[in-house]
Amino acid sequence: MAENTYQWPDASKRKLIGKRMNRVDGPVKASGRAKYTYDLVRPNMLYGDSVKCPYAHARVKSIDTSAAEKMPGVKAVHVIHGPDDGAKGEVFWAGTDIVAVAAVDEPTARDAVRAIKVEYEQLPHLVLNDKEPNLAEAEKSELYKVASKETVGDPNSAFQQSEVTHEGYYGSPVITHCCLETHGSVAEWPDKDHLFLHISTQNVPGIGEQVAKAIDMPASNVHVHQDHVGGGFGSKLGLDPWGVAAAQLSKKAGGVPVKMMLNRATELETAGCRPSAYARVKVGAKKDGTLLAWESYAWGSGGPGAPGSLAIPYVWKVPNQQKQYVGVVNHIGPSRAWRAPNHPQMCVITMGALDDLAAKLGMDTFDFVKKNIDLLDPRSKIYSEELDVANDLMQWKARWHPRGDSDTLGIPMEAISLQIGDNQYPPDSASGGSSTIGGVSSATFRAATDAKRQLIAKVAPALNAQPADLEVADGRVRVASDASRSLSWKEACSKLGAQTLTVRGTNPGEGDLTNSGVGGVQMADVSVDTETGIVKINKMVAVQDCGLVISPKQAESQVLGAMIMGVSYALYEEKVMDQTTGTMLNTNMDNYRLAGIGDVGELVVRLMTGPGYDERGVIGIGEPPTVSPGAAISNAVANAIGVRVPFLPLTPDRVLEALEKAQGEGGRA
Amino acid sequence: MRAFEYASPKQKQQAVGLLGQQWGDAEVLAGGSDLLALMKDDIVHPKRLVNVKELPELRGITFNASRGLRIGSLMTLSEISEDAQVKEHHPMLAHAAGEAASPQIRNVATIGGNMCQRPRCWWFRNGFGLLATAPDGKSLVLQGDNRYHAILGNDGPAYFVSPSSLAPALIAYNARIRLFGPKGPREIPLEKFFVIPKSENEREHDLRPNEIVTDVIVPAPPSGVKASHYEVRQKAAFDWPYATASVVLDMNGDTVRSARVVMSHVAPIPWVSNEAAQALAGKTISEQTADAAGAAAVANAKSLGRNKYKIKLAHVAVKRAVLQAAKGGQA
Amino acid sequence: MKKELIELRVNGRSREVAIEPAKLLLDTLREDLQLTGSKRGCDDSSCGACTVLVDGTPMLSCTMIAASISVDDEGHAPEITTIEGVAEHGAMAAIQKAYGDWGGAQCGYCTPGFIMTVKALLERNPEPSDEDIRHALSGNLCRCTGYTQMYQAIKAAIRAEQQGIAAARR
Repeated sequence: MAENTYQWPDASKRKLIGKRMNRVDGPVKASGRAKYTYDLVRPNMLYGDSVKCPYAHARVKSIDTSAAEKMPGVKAVHVIHGPDDGAKGEVFWAGTDIVAVAAVDEPTARDAVRAIKVEYEQLPHLVLNDKEPNLAEAEKSELYKVASKETVGDPNSAFQQSEVTHEGYYGSPVITHCCLETHGSVAEWPDKDHLFLHISTQNVPGIGEQVAKAIDMPASNVHVHQDHVGGGFGSKLGLDPWGVAAAQLSKKAGGVPVKMMLNRATELETAGCRPSAYARVKVGAKKDGTLLAWESYAWGSGGPGAPGSLAIPYVWKVPNQQKQYVGVVNHIGPSRAWRAPNHPQMCVITMGALDDLAAKLGMDTFDFVKKNIDLLDPRSKIYSEELDVANDLMQWKARWHPRGDSDTLGIPMEAISLQIGDNQYPPDSASGGSSTIGGVSSATFRAATDAKRQLIAKVAPALNAQPADLEVADGRVRVASDASRSLSWKEACSKLGAQTLTVRGTNPGEGDLTNSGVGGVQMADVSVDTETGIVKINKMVAVQDCGLVISPKQAESQVLGAMIMGVSYALYEEKVMDQTTGTMLNTNMDNYRLAGIGDVGELVVRLMTGPGYDERGVIGIGEPPTVSPGAAISNAVANAIGVRVPFLPLTPDRVLEALEKAQGEGGRA
Repeated sequence: MRAFEYASPKQKQQAVGLLGQQWGDAEVLAGGSDLLALMKDDIVHPKRLVNVKELPELRGITFNASRGLRIGSLMTLSEISEDAQVKEHHPMLAHAAGEAASPQIRNVATIGGNMCQRPRCWWFRNGFGLLATAPDGKSLVLQGDNRYHAILGNDGPAYFVSPSSLAPALIAYNARIRLFGPKGPREIPLEKFFVIPKSENEREHDLRPNEIVTDVIVPAPPSGVKASHYEVRQKAAFDWPYATASVVLDMNGDTVRSARVVMSHVAPIPWVSNEAAQALAGKTISEQTADAAGAAAVANAKSLGRNKYKIKLAHVAVKRAVLQAAKGGQA
Repeated sequence: MKKELIELRVNGRSREVAIEPAKLLLDTLREDLQLTGSKRGCDDSSCGACTVLVDGTPMLSCTMIAASISVDDEGHAPEITTIEGVAEHGAMAAIQKAYGDWGGAQCGYCTPGFIMTVKALLERNPEPSDEDIRHALSGNLCRCTGYTQMYQAIKAAIRAEQQGIAAARR
């Protein structure tokens, strides 16, 4: 092999790649020995807590911490957001940390928090975002950010040429990550210059630098450690005010460890969310199904910084488009990357509209997609193959029926629907953005390859051979043409003498070993109780392309996990805000619902691997399969009941409202 | 949680003596599922917790033909759902107990605690008060997201819904509840135990701060009774219902002699529907009569703005409970 | 508040701790006994990550006062079993091994809670149907895995147990 090239081994030579391996950390997690940040108990550890602003939009006028400072057991008090912080003490969401305290135990910390007096000046707030904004009013208001209108091709003519058009509303609300382990950290200063941070994060490599910058200290003096993280899904990539506060409290308390973990209510209210996206969409096609035109007016929110845009139509290169987007400012805990940021929302809107158009055309959506498959360039071929595989796994063609007649109440209706999704991300070093496997495997493979080359170079003289003649196989280093001339791995390594090999792999990005841009197809089979509006998932099929699969079992796990997040955000999840008080209402996990074991139905995963797929190298898979399930389930429900439920989650009230409206309008939509 | 004194009396007089004269001084700790959650959220912060789990008279399930079932207030929902006597004489009750919450919670939640549990209203649980009033005196419920709030008995100021799905099952069987306080024992129909508070100082039960629940008595139903309990909830399990209906039909052959129809999660108290009962009296059960009973049950229901769908769900709960009962459902 | 000395029976041993009366069982296990396998997930009995067994019955340790299940005046106390007490004879219990083999865990935070519930289920019902499994696990939430591989793990564990029992009989 030439010095500077790297290639995955040929399929016939793979011993471990592509084999069904157990997770190395399975036993330690199953035994309860795996330690998470929340589990850490250090000698002399203090417990942190904070005063949180109860108002969605306010200015901090004054803070009086004197009572807390005098309290026995309180070891440090630190103002995070005082009257001079930010823009004159301005606070942009309820739950913002104002003052942090560290005390000998949690109840004392809580008592200290209660004893701190903060005066606020309340400001006007907006925490809702599902109403369609009036464009003229939005242009004049600071609460809205109106994007420029976008045009592709000639939408006016295209709609005139369209023999069938459809218009409808689609969308999904703000949801949150709801990791089972909340955010937080344990901070301590072994000496006055060095900070040790044990933190629940997806970004062990990068977070130390962020903390160092925030506290104004050299990054090399921050030691970050973590053994296991209890979920992140994109919300644990960056630095948090409570993390910095823990470090500062610890310093003030003389360097002893301070543990600051969020409770569930705060986690749900402030520790990240996924923005909402709503749209009024009009689509047009020829009678034979050829898709011609797209027009959309979309809006949504993800917190105080209104989103700037929404890239719909998603994945489809519709030849003629007219698009308008309005970002809405909301005084809520701001958005963070949520598994495939914005893709699920864009997919829900796009595939909802196209599925409704197909229904209006009297076409099976499967056929509609195949008819327009060229618009899915550059992955048309992959999608086409995946559609066929999914059809096989779901028996789609055999079981699909046109949309149900909503007059037949009381009978559970079954339907299936299909969905496509896409993901394309630049490589990243944190564990997120579907890059972990690509980034890590590529770098690991390069490192291993380099180490092997160096070892072979050292061993070759002992075998009277040139390095190019040698190979490593079955635990030995041997001459490829004469297996009798060999050394065991141990013997080979002993040739290194006192010097060991240290090789670091780098991941320069896409190239021979990794790629980006994947495609997937998902299908959902649901039953809807039309008297109660309750949706039941019977079966879901996910066919996913992710290039070369290093570890099939773990890849399947990721897809299954993504599908269940899809069930949850399709049926249950939404951040419910109260406009009067500006606070979140469903701040616990009985009202912020997640799917339980009985809510899941049968989940089938097929990874596209082998010739034609492996050659693309390794691609990340954490995110792509979360893109489609919401759309698939929404389309399945539309197929079942004959009418579109416009906005997720598909709770009984929304399903019943759609049914009622359809009955009022005399039938199907 | 804030600090508190912890007492574990061995006798009920002692227990009562440790409780306060007004709400807030002390609370009763049985299973703790609801109380500890309220304390963690700082909605209640008693100075003393009185653990009643060591009071032997509060345990046990017995049945005799004249009095019926006697369930000690400390019996857990798991124990009740699995008890042979309950399953034999009041199977609808066993079923209702087995549907509530989750297995882990059923293993500690007691029937006494279940009767006394506080509302789930999300303004109440977030510290805005039992009646969820804004500083200007207006109701937060009426101007906010009231999707889970009451559709019956909702003239205000209380708009929360009763959270116990076991209470309607018991009330449908004409259960009685026994309390013990400084003046000794008293017994009232369970239906009368639940009250709608009119001010922030009141609670949702006819219970004094220094009284404890000792037992629940469930009279033996007449023979030939058909009973069923139906829950409408979004998730397959472990989810607060939108509406439940517990129906006990006293049959005369194929005709309903009299009926008890009780709903939960639709009003601030378990809702006995005389309207539904009247719609069923003298009828044979069919899709039409069951549907008519459902419609009667919600005839006086009104939406608060975001909870109109609950009217439909309550209607369906009653209809399906009646149909299930007729088919031999859980009785 | 003043601490009191209480005695708990945990994983077959008597453990004495000095804690405030208000302290929850979960926090006592995690902080005073270094048994961090049981997790704090939701703070309000909605997720099951804190599940322990008390006399073999699954309960939520986040909603129990430690003092209420301590050794009483007659020296009796309920037996508390945590995930750390599940391993048998030094080796992992069949269910723990199966979980590892079948990918039952991803982030792993919910795993101890699930294993405790499964252990209790299998002790009561050595051959549960899928419906029995769903019913028993309805109080445990998982955000990561989709539950599907857990079924496989549980069934593999049942098979392993049955094989173990058969082998022991020979």
